[in-house]
Amino acid sequence: MATEALGWWGVPLAIAAGTMRGGTPFIFVSLGECLTEKSGKINLGLEGTLLTGAMSAYGISYLTGSPWLGVLVAGVSGLFLGAIHGWLSQQPRVNDVAVGIAMIIFGSGVAFFLGKPFIQPSANQLPTISLGNASMPPALEAALQISPLFLLGLAIAPIMSWFFKSTRWGLFIRAVGDSPEAARAMGISIFKVRMLSIMMGSFLAGIGGASLSLYYPGVWTERISSGQGLMAVALVIFARWNPMLCLWASLLFGGAQSLGPALQSVGIEEGYYLFNAAPYVLTLVIMIFTCSPKRTLSGAPGALGTGQ
Amino acid sequence: MLGRYNLRGTLEKVCIPLGALIVSLVIFGLFCAAMGENPFAVYGSIWKAAFGKWSTFQNTLIRASPLMLASLCTVLPAQLGLVIIGNEGALVIGGLAAVSVGLAIATFPPLLVQIGMAIGGMVAGGLWIMAAGALRHYRAVNETISSLLLNYVAIALLNHLVGGPMRDPSSLNKPSTYPLADINMLGTMPGSRVHWGLIYGIIACIISYVLIRRTTFGFAARTAGGNIRAARIAGLPVGKLTLIICFLAGSCAGLAGMVEVAAVQGAANESLNVGYGYGGVLVAFVARQSPLLAVFISVLLGGILASGGILQRAHDLPDATVLVFQGIVFLVILFSESLYGRFEFFKEKPVTDDSHPRPPSTQGPEPTPSA
Repeated sequence: MATEALGWWGVPLAIAAGTMRGGTPFIFVSLGECLTEKSGKINLGLEGTLLTGAMSAYGISYLTGSPWLGVLVAGVSGLFLGAIHGWLSQQPRVNDVAVGIAMIIFGSGVAFFLGKPFIQPSANQLPTISLGNASMPPALEAALQISPLFLLGLAIAPIMSWFFKSTRWGLFIRAVGDSPEAARAMGISIFKVRMLSIMMGSFLAGIGGASLSLYYPGVWTERISSGQGLMAVALVIFARWNPMLCLWASLLFGGAQSLGPALQSVGIEEGYYLFNAAPYVLTLVIMIFTCSPKRTLSGAPGALGTGQ
Repeated sequence: MLGRYNLRGTLEKVCIPLGALIVSLVIFGLFCAAMGENPFAVYGSIWKAAFGKWSTFQNTLIRASPLMLASLCTVLPAQLGLVIIGNEGALVIGGLAAVSVGLAIATFPPLLVQIGMAIGGMVAGGLWIMAAGALRHYRAVNETISSLLLNYVAIALLNHLVGGPMRDPSSLNKPSTYPLADINMLGTMPGSRVHWGLIYGIIACIISYVLIRRTTFGFAARTAGGNIRAARIAGLPVGKLTLIICFLAGSCAGLAGMVEVAAVQGAANESLNVGYGYGGVLVAFVARQSPLLAVFISVLLGGILASGGILQRAHDLPDATVLVFQGIVFLVILFSESLYGRFEFFKEKPVTDDSHPRPPSTQGPEPTPSA
């Protein structure tokens, strides 16, 4: 742990570093869920996508030696799982929540099945960009290692925001998500738009998985995800379906997750698991305060959860 | 759902799930073949491990009982139109409460201890899910999301308590609470290894069926689930219904936790959180929210779970094979839901053309926009 040499000063540093490291998978998976939900469908299966992404990125990086190829394949494996979800959840009378849970089981099954041989060997990790320099204390320098995936995530959020606001396709997705009837009248294929949104969302979630196995924690085990895929669903609500807010919320959640380990490293063992639950409690509390029976949440896609 | 007897309709209800099961077996077989295993040998092993012999079928039943109880946690709120997926959390909390009660009154007569544990588990699980129902009713917080979040809170609480305040210092590798005294454990049924939890599960499913299908309370709940505005206008106490149903739902999952603790584990530890809750959600959806069907689907899923060991030992397949199989079965069964009414053959009118089940890509009667 980076904080050992710095004592108490290490706590804020560890939280800052943990925010970047722990926030990266959240950024991708929440932007993916945001894109999916904007089109009016919910995808709980991103947890499975995340695991499959983590496994395939690690496996490909180990087999070919190229971590970037691993990232790409992680995204493509997400595309496939997204295609299954997108097609299945749009069949009549099929509940998207149920499909999502089945996809968690299927995705994690595929990931653990195919990933079994990759648990032991170590794969090439993604290179990091160092913001520190050699004159700094080593702990500080280690904390300032920044992953290009983190920067990529930082870039995608404003791009997605612009995409929703200013492009024709963004308008299509919003129309399909808010009012399928109006979209149909405009001559938009609801099936196609949702299919593509879900697939692209899963692509992003797959890359989020790659950031788990190739950046932080940088290993492949069956316990690599601590529920980020499911958390993303709550996070998107927390962020009011706004990509930029998703970014800030992801950083907040990543930071909250690093609180437990950071305190543990300075000897506070009590309540380690309770700190881990902090993001969940936080989301719940925020939902309790911001929801109201008198109106729907502002920003919520109109067709979300209505089965339309 | 109609009262009159409908042969073709019944046939449809039997053929579609059966067909779905066969299709999922074929897909799983292809998967096994792609991994270099003989699919038929794998099927044989699964059958033998899950249903083939009484000795192994008991393993299936042991796994089915918490699934039955946990599935009711989704089935009951579904009558109100609520999608609750907090089964895992309610199960964990119920197990924790059951252990706490069991340890606190350990010196009482065993029957009293068991009743105490059951009540403890049910009340704790019930309140847990009732919280999600209350948030839904009073604050309009989406119950799916809040119950999902509560799962994580419950698991964190479990890890915290068994890792610290309630930890038995002698449990080294796997932190656990102090174990329950053997005499206070739920026994097995005579002549078998199956514990009484199975009976709890079956009885709970039957009671739920009677409650939602045969009582005014259930009728009121289904009315509110069908059209909440109409129910309000009719003067139904929607809030009260929500809270009661959610409490009952959670208490079933809590009882599942008690059964796991008091009949299988003997203490609360991370084994409480092995996915019976999420399994229960799937059982509920696959059983189309019917408590009676949930009994059978639970046995089916219990069988799949029970076959994990043999796939590992006899075929050298990773233990995740069971997850893949489970995922395929449920995805196909969920898809089959969309097939009802698509086949001319099952329609109640004389048909001349023999339209066999068509591939799913054909356009159904639903106004699906061009794909």
